[in-house]
Amino acid sequence: MSGTTTTLPFVELFGRAEAAGGPSWLSARRRAAFDRFAEVGVPTSKVEDWRFTPVHALATTPFSAPAAAGVPSAATLAPYWTGPDSWSRLVLVDGAFAPALSTLRDGVAVRSLRAAIEAGDPLVERHLGRTATAEATPFAALSLATFTDGVVLHLPAGTQAESPVEVLHVTTTGADNALVSTRVLLVAGDNAEGALVESFVALGSAPYLTIPVTEVVLGANARVEHVRIQREAAPAWHIGFTHADQQATSHYRSFCLSVGAKLSRHDLHAKLNASGIETLLYGLSLADGEQLADTHSAIFHDQPHCNSWEVYKGIFGGRARGVFNGKVFVQPIAQKTDAKQTNRNLLLSDTAQVDTKPQLEIFADDVKCTHGATVGRLNEQQRYYLRSRGIGGQLAQQILTWAFAAEVIAEVTIPETRAALEQLVRTRLDEMTS
Amino acid sequence: MALLDIQDLHASVDDTAILKGISLTVNAGEVHAIMGPNGSGKSTLAQVLAGHPAYEVTGGSVTLDGADLLDMEAEERAWAGVFLAFQYPVEIPGVTNAYFLRQAYNEIRKARGLDELDPMDFLDLLEEKLKVVEWGPEIMERAVNFGFSGGEKKRNEILQMAVLEPKLAILDETDSGLDIDALRIVADGVNQLKRPDSATILVTHYQRLLDYIVPDYVHVLAGGKIVKSGGKELALELEKRGYEWLTGVAESAALA
Repeated sequence: MSGTTTTLPFVELFGRAEAAGGPSWLSARRRAAFDRFAEVGVPTSKVEDWRFTPVHALATTPFSAPAAAGVPSAATLAPYWTGPDSWSRLVLVDGAFAPALSTLRDGVAVRSLRAAIEAGDPLVERHLGRTATAEATPFAALSLATFTDGVVLHLPAGTQAESPVEVLHVTTTGADNALVSTRVLLVAGDNAEGALVESFVALGSAPYLTIPVTEVVLGANARVEHVRIQREAAPAWHIGFTHADQQATSHYRSFCLSVGAKLSRHDLHAKLNASGIETLLYGLSLADGEQLADTHSAIFHDQPHCNSWEVYKGIFGGRARGVFNGKVFVQPIAQKTDAKQTNRNLLLSDTAQVDTKPQLEIFADDVKCTHGATVGRLNEQQRYYLRSRGIGGQLAQQILTWAFAAEVIAEVTIPETRAALEQLVRTRLDEMTS
Repeated sequence: MALLDIQDLHASVDDTAILKGISLTVNAGEVHAIMGPNGSGKSTLAQVLAGHPAYEVTGGSVTLDGADLLDMEAEERAWAGVFLAFQYPVEIPGVTNAYFLRQAYNEIRKARGLDELDPMDFLDLLEEKLKVVEWGPEIMERAVNFGFSGGEKKRNEILQMAVLEPKLAILDETDSGLDIDALRIVADGVNQLKRPDSATILVTHYQRLLDYIVPDYVHVLAGGKIVKSGGKELALELEKRGYEWLTGVAESAALA
C-alpha cells in the first residue's frame, strides 16, 4: 500500500497530544499509532479501500488544533438531542468534554476520557486502541496518535441502563481547517444492557476534519444498541471508525445515519470472538449536491454459530456519490455462520452515482452467507399502484422515497430516537426531492 | 348514457396484440362478470381500463360518463372514479395503510374540488369503512400490504374501494387464493358497496365467486375477444361444460 507521505500538520498535532502527557502505556500507543500513520499515510485513490473516496487532499491541507471558540449555550444544542433531558447527556465541544453542558444519570458510569486516563481507569488501559487498532485504517491510527479527549462509558456487569446515553460531538470552530479527534469507549460488562446515541453536529460553517473513533466492547451476553447520526456541516470532512468487539451470546444492534459533510466515510467493524453472537448493522445515507457518502463495513466471523444481519440503504440526488463496501470474513472454524448482507440504493437523478461492492471471504463450508446489492430508480410497480389510487407525480415520488428510507429507520428500537431520525430524514428528503 | 362504453378496443404489450376488438357497455347499477380461460386477455382488459403504462392501446375507444378514459393518466382515472382491485396487490413497506388511504382519499377529493379531510376526521371515516371488511383499527398502522397474507391483501383492496367509493370498480381475480371465509368477507364487502350510481366488473376464471356476487351479465373472453355474452346462467353453464365449447381448448371453470 502506498499512501501519500504524512505532512507537517499531523506531526504537530501528534506532538501536541504527546506533550499533554499521560501514562507510559498511552505514550507508547500514541507513538506506535503515529509511526503506523507515518508509514501508510493519507491514502490515495490507488489504495483499493479508498478507490472511490478521494481523501488525498487532506495530506496537503494545513490542519491545526481547533481554536477555542467558547462554550456554546445549552439552548443552541437543544435541537440536536434525540431524547428527553432525563437521559444522560454528554457533550464534546471541539473534541473536549464539556461538563457544564453534560448531565449524568444513574446506571451508567461516565467520565471524560482525559479524566479516566488521569485517574488510571484500568478499562481504558485495557481497551483503548486495542479494539479499534491503529492497523485498521490510516485514520484510526491518526486518531490514536492525536486524540485530545472523549468519553468513557461503563455499563457494569449484570446491570440494565434505564435510558440511553447520548453523546453530542459538536464542532464550533469558525476558523478553517481544524482537526477534531475524539474517542468514545463503551464497555458493557457481562449481561449488561444499554444504548448509546452519538450525534456529530457543527455550529459553524468553516471546513474542518473530524476523525472520531468509537470502541464498543460487549461482554458475554451483553446487549447494546448503538445509534450514530452524522450531520456535520456542509463543508466538513468526516472520517469515522466504529469497532464493536463481541463476546459469547452478546447482541450488538447498530444504526448509522449519514446526512451531512462534503465527504463522509464510516468504517464499521464487528468482531465476533465467541459463539452465539448476534450482530445487526443497519444504515441509511442521504446525499445530494456534490456530497460523497462512503460506508465500509467488515464483519469478522471468527467463531461458529453466530448470526450477522446487515441492511444499508442509500438515497442519492444531484451529483452525489455513494460508496458501499461490505466485507464478511468467515474463518474455517466458524461453522454454522448465518450472515446476510443487503445494500439498496435509490438514485434520484441521472448524475448521482453509487459504487457498491459486497466482499465475502468464506473459509468454512457449513455456513449460510448471502448478499445482495441494488442500485436503481423508484419501484415502478409501487408507483403505478399509488397512481391507480389517485396519488401521482411529485407526491408519489415523495411517498415512495420516504418509504424506502423509513423501512430501515424502523429498525431503531428506541422510540424517541427513532422519531427524531424520522423527522431529520423527512426534512432532508424534502430538500432533496423538491 | 352508459357509465362505461368500450368500443372495438385493441391493446398490446411489447408489440404482441392481446385485446383484439372488445366492445362492452356497462350501465350504472349493473354487475358484469368477465370470465375466460388463462391467457384470454381478462387481466389485460382490467389493466388497460386502469391505465397501466405497459399496455398500449392500438385502437378503439373507452368512455366513462362520456369522458375519454384513454386520454387520462392512471391517477386521473382514479380521480374520475375508476378503481381496480389488483390481482396481486403491491407491497409498500414503510408506508402505513392509514397514511396511504388518507393521501389517496384527499388527492381524489382535491381533484374534484372538495376540501381535504384532516387526519382526525379521516380516522372517523376509516372506522366506519373497516366494518365493511370486518377489520379492527390495528390494520391501519401496518405497512401497505407488507407481510399481509393473500387473503389480507384482497381484503385490503376492498377496504380501499370502500374508502374511495368508485363509480366503476374492477375486481381482477379477487377470488383467487382466498379460503371460503375470506371469500365471504370480500364478497359481502363488494355487495355492501354496490350503489345505484356505480357499477362493478368482476374478472374471474372461476364461477365460485359468482355464487356470492351475483352478476347481471356474464361475458366470456377468449383470444382477446368477447365470444359469448349472457345472463348469470351462462356462468353455471361454464362451470358444467368448461370453456372448450366456446374456445376449442379444454379448460375448466369449476374449481378443482
